[in-house]
Amino acid sequence: MSENLQPGGPDGTQLAQPLYVPIKRRSFFMYAGATAGATALLLSSCDDDDDVTPPSLPVGNSVNADGSISLGSGDVGVLNYAYALEQLEADFYAKVAATSGILSGTELSYFQQVAAHEAIHRDFFKKAITGAASAQLLRNLTPKYPADTFTSRAKILETAKAFEDLGVAAYNGAGKLIQTPAYLVIAGQIVSVEARHAAYIRDLITPGSFAADDQVDAQGLDKAWTPTQVLTEAQKFITEKIDGSKVGAR
Amino acid sequence: MDFIKIITEIEKIDPEIYERLDTRRRVFQHVSGLGKKLSAAALPGLVSMLFNKAYGQSGNTSLPQGIVDILNLALQLEYLEYYFYDKVLTTTSLLNTADAAAVTAIRNDESGHIKVLREALGTRAKPQSAPTADAFDYTAGGRFPNVFTSAAVFFTVAQCFEDLGVRAYKGAAPKLLSNKTLLETALNIHSVEARHASHIRTLRRGLSAGVSGPDAAQALPSLTSLATKPKSWISGTDADGPSAPFTAAIYGAGSPAVGVAAQLFYPAESNVTQVGINVQTTPMAPTNELPLNAASASEAFDEALNDGVVKDIALNFRSALGASIGLELFQ
Repeated sequence: MSENLQPGGPDGTQLAQPLYVPIKRRSFFMYAGATAGATALLLSSCDDDDDVTPPSLPVGNSVNADGSISLGSGDVGVLNYAYALEQLEADFYAKVAATSGILSGTELSYFQQVAAHEAIHRDFFKKAITGAASAQLLRNLTPKYPADTFTSRAKILETAKAFEDLGVAAYNGAGKLIQTPAYLVIAGQIVSVEARHAAYIRDLITPGSFAADDQVDAQGLDKAWTPTQVLTEAQKFITEKIDGSKVGAR
Repeated sequence: MDFIKIITEIEKIDPEIYERLDTRRRVFQHVSGLGKKLSAAALPGLVSMLFNKAYGQSGNTSLPQGIVDILNLALQLEYLEYYFYDKVLTTTSLLNTADAAAVTAIRNDESGHIKVLREALGTRAKPQSAPTADAFDYTAGGRFPNVFTSAAVFFTVAQCFEDLGVRAYKGAAPKLLSNKTLLETALNIHSVEARHASHIRTLRRGLSAGVSGPDAAQALPSLTSLATKPKSWISGTDADGPSAPFTAAIYGAGSPAVGVAAQLFYPAESNVTQVGINVQTTPMAPTNELPLNAASASEAFDEALNDGVVKDIALNFRSALGASIGLELFQ
């Protein structure tokens, strides 16, 4: 942890790699301000005889003053955001798939399939981000769960439902933050699978609740949440503190 | 009236005002250009125009034709779905209580989608007046003669409509990139269609296993008959759909079917390569916990379908009346 807390480097590298689009005037000032602040921090922390090299952590792993890990900005920020959520989901379902005697045989079989889908999503994002901006790939996160999460069917289903509905709201909200059409299509390709999962799990809990009022409004619209809204919920299950405030920012 | 001040005030309430109005710079270009020609009396009209553009309140005149076409196709697909569910509920007693409740919820969602799309389109909605159920031929020219007398056939067609809807909205999304408000609305509809599709698939699985209600979700599909006992998600091409070969197009490739990662293309649902990455053979994991096969790899990603193929499929369900009242995007 201590190596993550050194100031300066991470925010400084953020400016170095604008992705896909030139930085617009307004966001440039935002970045410039952030960099100036970071530089000041760096200078103030450097003693004359200080030989500590500022860390070259990738942007996706940059650590803010409060110790939180930034997901980065632009499309890579969105990809890291999705990667963070898929890491969590994949880990959860891998643990569910490894349970025995809690779910019915049919349910377990289905959850193993869902586990495979989420592992595929996670590995896809890892590969995609590695290909697009390997220096910014988000680190492996450390999921955490309430102690009784994997001890009862009701608890497993309740957690699964929360993750799937959250995933749907996250991808729906992320759509407008994406600049590259191919990534928007990918988000659409994944979100409908998450929605299919969500409906299946909801039907296991309460038959017929696949699109119930708590998730789908009177106009038949699903939720779309901002990264900040989503991460507030997801954070409860992730040990590292995640900062998604720049996700999608240009 | 201090226009700049108004915008600044709005920014305090809605920080995304500039996004809604395009970019700050372009707004000011508009204003400075127009300001020279406009009297103060004309300003309220300008403000109204910009707000309509920003918030979509009957702001249809500013929508590009490409977006109007996409929304009208969506609208007509929603009517296709709405009247399908409405007709079984109001003219038959085909469904049991649990299924009728689910179909009612789905119908009401489609009704909401129609409302949302009509509001976005305003006077550019096609058709201008709402069609009736008679605009559609749910037997698809005699392909499904028992559609309203057999629950199995009814839900077969329902699955087709929902899975098609999911693919259609997914294909439309990148065409809405220039309008963030409509893009988000489309995405919020899209995932609801996927929820519907999942439920109907679960229900069909139960139906073919002779169970309904709470037990439907417990029925295991037979992997050799995905057509009659589908998973809640699409696996491969789902054996070409519930009524092959007629339904094969719903799970098949669109046009263009192949391309490179930077382009938009529309492979079949069995596709396992996403933006150039083979997701079946790419376990980079920390550890790859599970054996991954082609089925899992295809299931993990739904596929988009282009509007042309969507129209071709939907056209099968348009009646002569539908043609006459101008459901022209089905052509």
